[in-house]
Amino acid sequence: MTIPVAASAPAAHGPDRIELRRLLRALLPALSLALVLMAIAWLNPRAISYFGFTLMLNLAIPIALATIAQMFVIAGNDLDLSIGAFVGFVGCVAATWLRETPLVGILVLLGCIAVYAALGALIHLRNLPSIVVTLGMSFVWQGLAILLLPKPGGKAPDWLLAIMGVKPPVVPFPILAALVIAAVAYVGLMRTSYGAILRGSGGNAVAIGRAGWSLLKAKMALFACTGLFGVLSGLALIGITTSADANIGNGYTLLSIAGVILGGGEFVGGRVSPIGAVIGALTLALAASPLLTFMHIPPDWQVAANGAILIVVLAARVLISRKDVER
Amino acid sequence: MIVAGPKLVELDGVEKHFGAVRALDGVDLMVGRGECLGLVGHNGAGKSTLMHILTGTASPDRGRMIFAGSEQAAYSPAQAKRLGVRCVFQELSLCPNLTVAENARVFHPGLSGFNWRRKAGRLIIDRLDAIFPGHGVGASDLVQDLPIGRRQMVEVARAFTVTDEPVRLVILDEPTSSLDAHSARQLLDFMRRVVADGVSCIFISHLLGEVLDICDRIVVMRDGKTVADAEASSFDRDGLVAAMGGVDAHVRDARAGAAHVRGQSPLRVRARPMRQAGAVELVAHEGEVIGLAGLAGHGQTDLLLAIYARALGGRGDLDVTATVALVAGDRQADGIFPLWSIAENIGVRSLARLRRGLLLSPRREDALANFWRGKIGIRTPDVHDNILSLSGGNQQKVLFARALGSDARIVLMDDPMRGVDVGTKLEVYDLIREEADSGRTFLWYTTEADELKQCDHVYVFRNGSIVADLTRDELTEEKVIQSSFEEAS
Repeated sequence: MTIPVAASAPAAHGPDRIELRRLLRALLPALSLALVLMAIAWLNPRAISYFGFTLMLNLAIPIALATIAQMFVIAGNDLDLSIGAFVGFVGCVAATWLRETPLVGILVLLGCIAVYAALGALIHLRNLPSIVVTLGMSFVWQGLAILLLPKPGGKAPDWLLAIMGVKPPVVPFPILAALVIAAVAYVGLMRTSYGAILRGSGGNAVAIGRAGWSLLKAKMALFACTGLFGVLSGLALIGITTSADANIGNGYTLLSIAGVILGGGEFVGGRVSPIGAVIGALTLALAASPLLTFMHIPPDWQVAANGAILIVVLAARVLISRKDVER
Repeated sequence: MIVAGPKLVELDGVEKHFGAVRALDGVDLMVGRGECLGLVGHNGAGKSTLMHILTGTASPDRGRMIFAGSEQAAYSPAQAKRLGVRCVFQELSLCPNLTVAENARVFHPGLSGFNWRRKAGRLIIDRLDAIFPGHGVGASDLVQDLPIGRRQMVEVARAFTVTDEPVRLVILDEPTSSLDAHSARQLLDFMRRVVADGVSCIFISHLLGEVLDICDRIVVMRDGKTVADAEASSFDRDGLVAAMGGVDAHVRDARAGAAHVRGQSPLRVRARPMRQAGAVELVAHEGEVIGLAGLAGHGQTDLLLAIYARALGGRGDLDVTATVALVAGDRQADGIFPLWSIAENIGVRSLARLRRGLLLSPRREDALANFWRGKIGIRTPDVHDNILSLSGGNQQKVLFARALGSDARIVLMDDPMRGVDVGTKLEVYDLIREEADSGRTFLWYTTEADELKQCDHVYVFRNGSIVADLTRDELTEEKVIQSSFEEAS
């Protein structure tokens, strides 16, 4: 055969197009955050300041942590519907046991992570749908939280308040925290060699199993990571609010899922992006109350407006990624 | 039995049953060191099961397996890997959401530590360079962004990468089915080189020419048994087909004396590829079988999808004057509904006709499914079984049945015969001819020369446009290859 040269002809412009597509995909979440920020800057220029960001993004830290927690289970093609109730439970533990008897508190929180790992094992071994298992668990966490703290109250440990109250120079604390969270999750899931296996278990579990890896361990690791970040989210939340309530984290389940998707993740196929997820969480946190307050929307309508913004932002993402495919 | 060097693997009386089905019925097989063994047989002859046993993903119910002189009692995928057995499976076993380098890492637990990403990337790219020079794959490309041909290249190259375990036996199950002719040639040349270095290969392919070309010895399987085992030089194409059994050995070439004149019957499709310069158009009339040829991925599928979208009411500068059905090429991704039964998979394109009042009638669905099971020989005891209980070739038959059983007057086929055995192919050729004679129009993208011979008219694609327009009489393999590779002037 004397024809090898021309065969690579279509390859010539192939890689460029792939690069462009990947870049676009990666920039989408940042684009939506920029849009929300621009809207805020236009409505209230004074909000774009050290103090303004600290105030607006304070609650974004626990949301970002919960979103990262959700991202780990989504990486394995599962969904955690109990993360909100779990964050609430952790908050109750933090505001009671962790302050009064720190050792018990720490053991309970470590136990929570172990429970998450066990849930992963259960879901893998019995081939159960994670939605059902975690939906059941959400009632368990909520019930435990109510037993622990029937009425809103308790008080966060002082060291926790101190951490969440740090005022670093120049860069507002929430932004710094978001950078650290994104970096840790990115390195852990995207850069380490075992992270590749974890994501692979969502992409093609059969192939991972054939290559000799334990899918059970992978699932347990993913769920344990979710538990870990859920605990961190609960602690951060209590560090900001100073006292706890059994229902304090209820909104987090859907916010965390929306954050992952907004950040470029997909429900199946192991396609997630830790940096995108954190950006998605920040976008949602900003689009929630600060933007709506600046728009002078009465509190009665804020929840509905919040939902509307969520739909618009997610729809925009789908539209843009579809354009991208057509090209 | 011919022995090329000392034995590497020996199977002795291996049996494997799935319920009542005897997938393997006492197979004896020997592979020598540095030997390339060809394995051929119809779909469902037991080749895939045999491969699963060799790689440890299935365990035999009875029989012995001896590897390099020692009998393997507790054989597992891990043990197979330790012994140096690698397999390129027919279904791609890459993780689409990972990069090429990360997929190499999945395969090699030893690739860890600080610099693993660079090491894994170099490992796989070096192999790709060795096997497919000019492959155009980057280590940081996501597999999902690569076209199917390049994914197959990565899969093949990965099987030949070495870190801590040696490669001693590589099993290639239909490795060339997703590659174009040029890359397939590169792979076959590479296999000859590694075999010369003492690695053993088992090569499974339905392209008998390839098997005869590169294998030292050929084993033919039928109904879970080996029925022939001899040096490759003692076979020819007809001999192999006869040994596989079932169909008569002659590839039915051109339909004799059907010198029909184009344009007598009504126009069905008129379309121009998106990147086409000039006035060249693809035209199909009623009752014609139109071939879309050229190297894989040069715009054939895009055009078929554009026609399909137009028929469903989309816009576009093309004419489609009748109902359309599509037979997908990538059947796992675009073709079958994996959770549905065979009957449901066949009936889904004809739901309107299967209705009774507001509801679907199970009786009509079954009748349709059973009719096509008989007509194209889908090998299943019950059409209510899950579609995944069928072998790959039979799943493909289901997709044909879905299209042919519908009311569509135009059938678009996107290289549907990938990994389908010769017997099935010949049956389907006849079926297509019969349906065309009764007035159906076929647009058939294929990378195989044998299939182009079934067409009335062939358009050759290169870089997204039509570069040659050949009538049946002008069509030769050389001409197709020549225009596929011609430099754009």
